[in-house]
Amino acid sequence: MSTVVSTGRVIGVSVPRPDGIPKVKGEFEFSSDLWAEGMLWAQILRSPHPSARIASIDLSAAWQMPGVRAVITQGDVPAADHYGLEHQDQPVFAHDVVRFFGEPIVAVAADHPEIAKRACDSIVVVYEVLEPLVDAEAALKAAPIHPDGNVFRHLVIRHGDQDVQGDVQVEGTYEVGMQDQAFLGPESGLAIPEHDGGGVDLHISTQWLHSDMWQVAAALGLPENKVRLHLAGVGGAFGAREDVSMHIHLCMLALRTGRPVKIVYSRLESFLGHVHRHPASMWYRHHAKADGTLVRVEARLMFDGGAYMSSSGAVIANAACFATGPYNVPSAHIDAWAVRTNNPSCGAMRGFGAVQTCYAHESQMDKLAAALHMDPIELRRRNVIRTGDTCITGQTLDGNAPVLEVLNMLAAYPLPIDTRADDDQMARPGGAGRTADAQHVRRGVGYALGWKNLAFSEGFDDYSTASCTVIDGQVSIKSACAEVGQGFVTIAQQIARTVLGVDTIVLEPVDTQIGSAGSTSASRQTWMSGGAVNAACEAVRARIIAKVGARYGVAVDALELRDARVHSLNGEVDVALADVSPGEKFYDLVEFRHRPTTGLDGNGQGQAHVSWAFSAHRAVVDVDLDLGLVKVVQMATTQDTGTIINPLQVIGQIEGGTAQGVGLAVMEEIVLDKGRVRNPSFTDYLIPTALDMPDVVVAGLVTDPEPGAPFGAKGVGEPPTISSTPAVAAAIRAATGLELPRVPVRPQDIALARR
Amino acid sequence: MASTFQAESVSYSLRVNGVERDVEEAWLGESLLHVLRERLDLPGAKNACEQGECGSCSVLVDGSLVCSCLVLAASATDSDIVTVEGLEADAHTGLSDIQQAFVSEGAVQCGFCIPGLIMSVHDLLDRIPTPSDIEVREAISGNLCRCTGYGRIMEAVRSAVSARANTGPEATS
Repeated sequence: MSTVVSTGRVIGVSVPRPDGIPKVKGEFEFSSDLWAEGMLWAQILRSPHPSARIASIDLSAAWQMPGVRAVITQGDVPAADHYGLEHQDQPVFAHDVVRFFGEPIVAVAADHPEIAKRACDSIVVVYEVLEPLVDAEAALKAAPIHPDGNVFRHLVIRHGDQDVQGDVQVEGTYEVGMQDQAFLGPESGLAIPEHDGGGVDLHISTQWLHSDMWQVAAALGLPENKVRLHLAGVGGAFGAREDVSMHIHLCMLALRTGRPVKIVYSRLESFLGHVHRHPASMWYRHHAKADGTLVRVEARLMFDGGAYMSSSGAVIANAACFATGPYNVPSAHIDAWAVRTNNPSCGAMRGFGAVQTCYAHESQMDKLAAALHMDPIELRRRNVIRTGDTCITGQTLDGNAPVLEVLNMLAAYPLPIDTRADDDQMARPGGAGRTADAQHVRRGVGYALGWKNLAFSEGFDDYSTASCTVIDGQVSIKSACAEVGQGFVTIAQQIARTVLGVDTIVLEPVDTQIGSAGSTSASRQTWMSGGAVNAACEAVRARIIAKVGARYGVAVDALELRDARVHSLNGEVDVALADVSPGEKFYDLVEFRHRPTTGLDGNGQGQAHVSWAFSAHRAVVDVDLDLGLVKVVQMATTQDTGTIINPLQVIGQIEGGTAQGVGLAVMEEIVLDKGRVRNPSFTDYLIPTALDMPDVVVAGLVTDPEPGAPFGAKGVGEPPTISSTPAVAAAIRAATGLELPRVPVRPQDIALARR
Repeated sequence: MASTFQAESVSYSLRVNGVERDVEEAWLGESLLHVLRERLDLPGAKNACEQGECGSCSVLVDGSLVCSCLVLAASATDSDIVTVEGLEADAHTGLSDIQQAFVSEGAVQCGFCIPGLIMSVHDLLDRIPTPSDIEVREAISGNLCRCTGYGRIMEAVRSAVSARANTGPEATS
């Protein structure tokens, strides 16, 4: 792949990312690397119970410990003492009751992290332990565990003829376990108070600075311009940094002590301190004609949102709207719930509701194919949704929908050569354990299709702000878009270079000194903040060209910016950008919006979505039937990406997203025992290693420009995580003959199953 | 702080990247990772799990690749410690050949695991100059990466191996 950097158009070129060199040298400053003179260390005391009444909290021993500078609880919160992304239902600290295992109760600031830990250990909290509500289904009828009740959202979709029945019907109930985002860089930050205590600077790793700022300012009772957030280096996110975690605690400690305060979560705290992917139980009934044409899908989706709402409302909407997969479904009957329990809170994770239902609808499509004695790929071909078709929300799918192309390219791609006869034993299921007898290894192949919306939906005012400044030919861009690893910094520079014809683009510090860029989530930043950068650069370009045109009496459409110069097409004008108007600041700031959407009505009907993206995966697995161990041999994938701005970064998103889907299929689950997390460590919560992850083969990309999208580029981050999990599950079914209605597929699900 | 930790604190020096570094009155329980990051201004080793599972904190101690989170700093006083900041670099690029390959091949996303991976791959190629794919996978299986799925990392290692083979071992660090 080309890494040549050239002036002018660099859309579609694999420009290397600007933070790559500092990152490989260990010089890039992540949030856990922050340091300030005289800083204190914070530590959080967390509940050891998922449900309890707090009878008393005795802080006296902590206060008496030398080196302890502040000890704070809910009573110390200056203003709004509840916060939350969609609904402010989460207390800053638990005070009367605790609702999940690991809920913060006290925060301490001390001279040394070990003193802060010992201070937390010295605090005596007397609990009246309660029976936790841990069953999502039971939550519907149980006594409320929160004043706001146990149902976060119940969404109904009624679409088409509700009396139609299919010649063939298949039914199933599918479950998805609780997945963790498991980013590598732990939650961390540094809060620095103003000298007079009237404001605070918070350096934090996050996905959305402004959302954090709004919630922190409300809690502190400070005006928003007195709570300045700065993006500290983010070590991955995947949804887990959309919510406030320790932000308010840290700012309160800094304001209380008048000193900078730093916190770094341990891995254990990270597992307890952020939201997870919703575990789900999903009942489906598919109806089809004898020729395989889908006529109706019924589904009942139960998502466990845990103790606090986070983004449960939007997650369950995605689960419902995309519940039937990228197929033409003329009749749908969906009931979807997200409910409150005493399990850990759940919220955003890559794929956002579409992951769970994709596993279910693709399992159903395979089951339907079996019932019809039809090839599962052929069944999908017969039903794919196309541009102009109607979604189950009643919305016309008016963007590109190359589902058939995506599926056909994948189906046509050759299977890997079977090298099991002379393999390295390390490459078999069980790997380094060398436990697999080649005679007992079965190979299976499975396919899946997935889809998801891009950007925010349901009438949300979704926008991004960016500014462009050109002075003496020096270009700088400012945006509050959170770079979390996805490569927006590269994209922003590529767009600015392309519009302004200048090589060197300075990216200004990412903070709340400019308007919101929205969240780095929902595969939206290339479209939204890329669109904002593009619009800001175009506006500045127009100002520069107008200036030059007026000076030389040349029409503006006869001028272009290239090689850091302004040229006229006839060659009469050729002026260096730096010399256009020495000392003058060419500047523009724009708010970029995607097309408006609407909410969903009482039947789940509405123009709720902006755009759709599609992907397909084929998994090849080897299964050791004796021990139930699975080796994923190859993942092949195709995707509808729209125009590609940076090919290398797209490959990175596809490979990395696929790995998270493979993880959910065969190993990743937060194990709960009556609300307690049993495996909050990388020893016990396994994510794929280089030995677990096979090669990901990109068998084809559909790059048709998406109408309405800047440069025609669709977001690419989430689809790979959506269709990968069901493909692996299908492959394991093919190898074992088992139904496997639950992911992750655990060894006991295979080895102990009755065959 | 001194009053709390007086009985548990000690001063010592560590030899890091060829330089003797003083560590003053540090709590005895501090890991090598903590001392490198918080006392010696060497934050290249990262803190992703602090229990030896993720490899983000990998450094060389007397030539052996270790998780610095599992080494007590005060026990490493007689050792040669090499961190990512101490790798030999090309005079023009400021990067080792492996670091350069990671950048060029798109192996870096969030980058949190990358310094540890760089240390692991240097250690691997010093021991096995032309590893098979499965040897590479095994060698880096102690380094968790959540962003990349390892595809571009594998490509970076292949690229570094082939560049070394073309230029000869004398050109490498």
